[in-house]
Amino acid sequence: MLSDSDRIFTNLYGAHDWHLAGARTRGAWDGTSELIAKGHDWVVEQMKESGLRGRGGAGFPTGLKWSFMPKEPDPRRPNYLIVNADESEPGTCKDRDVMRHDPHILIEGCLLAAFAMRANAGYIYIRGEFFREAQNLQTAIDEAYEAGLIGKNASGSGWDFDLYVHRGAGAYICGEETGLLESLEGKPGRPRLKPPFPAGAGLYGCPSTVNNVETIAVVPAILKRGAEWFSGLGRPKNVGTKLFCISGHVNQPCNVEEEMGIPLRELIDKHAGGVRGGWDNLLAVIPGGASVPMLPKSICDDVLMDFDSLMAEKSGLGTAAVIVMDKSTDVIEAIARLSHFYMHESCGQCTPCREGTGWVYRLMQRLVKGDASVEEIDLLWDVVGQIEGSTICALGDAAAWPIQGLIRHFRSEMEQRILARQGIPSGADAPRAA
Amino acid sequence: MMKLTIDGIEVEVEDGSTVLQACEQAGAEVPRFCFHDRLSIAGNCRMCLVDLEKAPKPIASCAMPAGDGMVVHTNTPEIKKAREGVMEFLLINHPLDCPICDQGGECDLQDQAMAYGRHFSRYGEHKRAVKNKDVGPLIETIMTRCIHCTRCVRFADEIAGVEEFGAVFRGEHMEIGTYVEKAVSSELSGNMIDLCPVGALTSKPFAFTARSWELRKTESIDVLDAVGSSIRVDSRGGEVMRIVPRLNEDVNEEWISDKSRFACDGLSKRRLDRCYVRKDGKLEEASWAQAFAATAEALKGVSGDQAAAIAGDLADCESMTALKDLMTGLGSNHMDCRQDGAKLGGARAGYLFNTTIAQIEDADAILIVGADPRWEASLVNARIRKRYLRGGLKVGVIGAQRDLTYPYDLLGAGPQTLGEIAGGSHDFCQTLSAAERPMLIVGPGAVARDDGAGILAAARGVAEKFNMVRDGWNGFNVLHKAASRVGGLDLGFVPAAGGRDVGAILEGAESGAIKFVWLLGADEIDVARLNNAFVVYQGHHGDAGAAAADVVLPGAAYTEKDATYVNLEGRVQRTRRAIFPPGEAREDWTILRAFSEVLGNTLPFDRLGDVRARMAKISTSFETVDSVTPAAWDDFGTTGDLSGGAFSGAVDDFYLTDVISRASHTMAQCSGLFVTGQQGKTGTDG
Repeated sequence: MLSDSDRIFTNLYGAHDWHLAGARTRGAWDGTSELIAKGHDWVVEQMKESGLRGRGGAGFPTGLKWSFMPKEPDPRRPNYLIVNADESEPGTCKDRDVMRHDPHILIEGCLLAAFAMRANAGYIYIRGEFFREAQNLQTAIDEAYEAGLIGKNASGSGWDFDLYVHRGAGAYICGEETGLLESLEGKPGRPRLKPPFPAGAGLYGCPSTVNNVETIAVVPAILKRGAEWFSGLGRPKNVGTKLFCISGHVNQPCNVEEEMGIPLRELIDKHAGGVRGGWDNLLAVIPGGASVPMLPKSICDDVLMDFDSLMAEKSGLGTAAVIVMDKSTDVIEAIARLSHFYMHESCGQCTPCREGTGWVYRLMQRLVKGDASVEEIDLLWDVVGQIEGSTICALGDAAAWPIQGLIRHFRSEMEQRILARQGIPSGADAPRAA
Repeated sequence: MMKLTIDGIEVEVEDGSTVLQACEQAGAEVPRFCFHDRLSIAGNCRMCLVDLEKAPKPIASCAMPAGDGMVVHTNTPEIKKAREGVMEFLLINHPLDCPICDQGGECDLQDQAMAYGRHFSRYGEHKRAVKNKDVGPLIETIMTRCIHCTRCVRFADEIAGVEEFGAVFRGEHMEIGTYVEKAVSSELSGNMIDLCPVGALTSKPFAFTARSWELRKTESIDVLDAVGSSIRVDSRGGEVMRIVPRLNEDVNEEWISDKSRFACDGLSKRRLDRCYVRKDGKLEEASWAQAFAATAEALKGVSGDQAAAIAGDLADCESMTALKDLMTGLGSNHMDCRQDGAKLGGARAGYLFNTTIAQIEDADAILIVGADPRWEASLVNARIRKRYLRGGLKVGVIGAQRDLTYPYDLLGAGPQTLGEIAGGSHDFCQTLSAAERPMLIVGPGAVARDDGAGILAAARGVAEKFNMVRDGWNGFNVLHKAASRVGGLDLGFVPAAGGRDVGAILEGAESGAIKFVWLLGADEIDVARLNNAFVVYQGHHGDAGAAAADVVLPGAAYTEKDATYVNLEGRVQRTRRAIFPPGEAREDWTILRAFSEVLGNTLPFDRLGDVRARMAKISTSFETVDSVTPAAWDDFGTTGDLSGGAFSGAVDDFYLTDVISRASHTMAQCSGLFVTGQQGKTGTDG
């Protein structure tokens, strides 16, 4: 369990003052200019050594990502830092608490990250629904400007840095990095083709790096306390601390910062007051936000919460939004609701996602009622397989994975429901031929 | 150069190629819907997925830059399955109404579903239906069929330069259309019909008239403007059903203007299908013999100096040759092919678009003088826009302010500004001096006026001053709007020494000095001024010229004859006969040949080859077809006064410029909507 001295987000619950004065008492903006004095490449190297992997879901090594940015920016094509604060993954609410309760560590992180990637401007693209969060963030930015921490000669470091908050209009797809860039440019949020990657041609065609709020917010702590400290937490390749958002059928839903690789059961029991009705009442857990496949109790018993352990169970850490479902849950309906979400949020640009998400949703609607044939479960498996991996962005994959998790672990439930509707008692062999 | 291995075949491709291009080079067929050579890459149909070794998932080959050493497979079972999957998705919400769809037989979706799809559907849910959009009189929309490839959107944004098409809504509710329902105001909009890979955008005038496989396809040339776009005439029986573009990189790429495409219904309306002779003030039907006799009778007692001929904008070179020889035989020098009164002639370089259309892409500065290329020569304008999109092009315009689909500096309104540039005192001179390949385009608005020769001379001066004419580059260009003009000038269908030009012929007819006028399809002149003369009208449509004529001789339209036209670049091109002329109408040169026999002064042409040999004798430019020979820089223009008024826009109504488009119902609708509709403002406009 993470010791209090290793915590990065020391005001996650808003118990203390989030303004500049309060943040300073917690160590924010302490020695920032000395860090900058060590140079661009030192920062990048530290990030590489720390082993930090992106906290937005994909888990790409952050230091490596930064190193893709041009070392000598063309003045006509400046580098940009973009912070993805469009936190829309169902179940996820970590960035939101960072922005409203501890905005200064994010802003300090922005300065350091922008300096590392030689950017003089940063944009925080914040989800439109986060109204108060955007207000707090803007207030904190204004405070930082006033105190000379950002702006011309930020923190007295000699580096100029301007930071802007851009409020989105509440589309899930604008959380996809290139969809976000399109939206930031004022266009409909339709993801771009990659390559070119944003580090080559991003915002306004200029080199850009898009990072999650949490990724940027942990940067000051890593640089101040050392890469070794950070990489000493957690398991190899899955290091550091992580914000977990625990929701659903637990006694005390919460956001909590914990060490990577903590067992799922420990996470739920220690921080969320356990599963409603006890651990044995657990049915399944979605461990990383709506888009990752769910895990049944048998796996939840001993799985570790990090990128590679969950990958090995054909799921993923995603945003570390742990959605707990106890035995009262209609698991088919729960996933059907998610498939509606993905149908609604598909941008409609590319074929498999545009057409497939609707098909999947309609199939799921019938499966919820059992109004289908058993073969249609195979059809559903096939259809989501056709969506997965063939789309421009990862929304297609995200739409497919929850369904795959459902079929992988709860196929018998689905079959039983179909048979029950047909009046065939449970336990009987399913008639295969239609 | 990069080396890739495609299905085991090693190919070398140029840097900057895509995997799709490499696949094509290796002979591997990759299906696609959204990809189009001339449009930006969207990568959204996902049909072109291929397997790239070491890539975690199939890649969209159209959007993936080729890399050295890539190993690509296009025919693995996984790729076959991926294509079947995409195809299935495309079809689940497609209505599959092929039997009543006009795209049937030439539908990419149909073809690729046969080649790459499964032969059954697993989709049992309700299908989506989408409301049709009204995008004007030319394009029929059946939006339920749309597969959202966005080719039309990209065409409108990029090629046509009107940002009026787009996708609204998200996910499966996504719809393509004009955001606010309106007609697409582009002169190139018809090309979207060709681009649409399914039956979502089809031709409204052609709707439900014929199936593609019933049509006889004749490759020909468009004559409704001076560009001479390559077209294919699709006919059934004795009727032209539709006109579509043909690939010609040098001229029109694969686009044609809406007039070229949609005016074809005018070919079967208001046609002259028999001879008429005026008796007691009324035109009465007559036989060829009677018409010729009446004409010969009228010529009796008329000296060569009292006879004149005017060739119209659609006249072909064969008939102009025959008419020229006929008039010369009569002893007349009064003939003109410049209906609009353009002061052009002399050295060939002085009336050609010397740069050539394709080489516009090499230019870096363009000075447009009294031209409105968007409406006078739409595809020249499209080429300028293409060049503009690549960046680094500066355009200056002297003339009226019009939307040309690319930004330009309006330098001035009339000849004075041209004088300032010629004198070196204008700001734009710096742009022209700095340019490596500057171009000058002089349009009809500048030369079709009394001081036209002076303006032409001044333009020549500008061209020489800024080194626009040199080895390997000729930046001096004249923009024409009539298909017959360059051919007529090449043939010398202009007044010889002491002869009268158009203006003088009309004057002479009024004063009685001219007693006999032969109009070869000339309708865009003030025919009322010919009232005192005996007028023979030879042409194919009953328009202004025929109404004023004393004898009407029915000729053939461009789809009904093998004829030669020279486009504005000086490119000799030939139309092919797709259908026969209606009724008793005949190919035009044969009419003149037959009449010469009646006069007893038979022209020495017995077959088409004889006329063409005669043309080549008049001008060697007729010896080569379909290519452009650079014209020598020689004398033209006459230095004159540059104090005249502002240049006028030469095209009042793009949709009604000639007898064919004026007879077209479709063009009338367009004119009403786009031209008069815009001008006819209501009282609420303030």
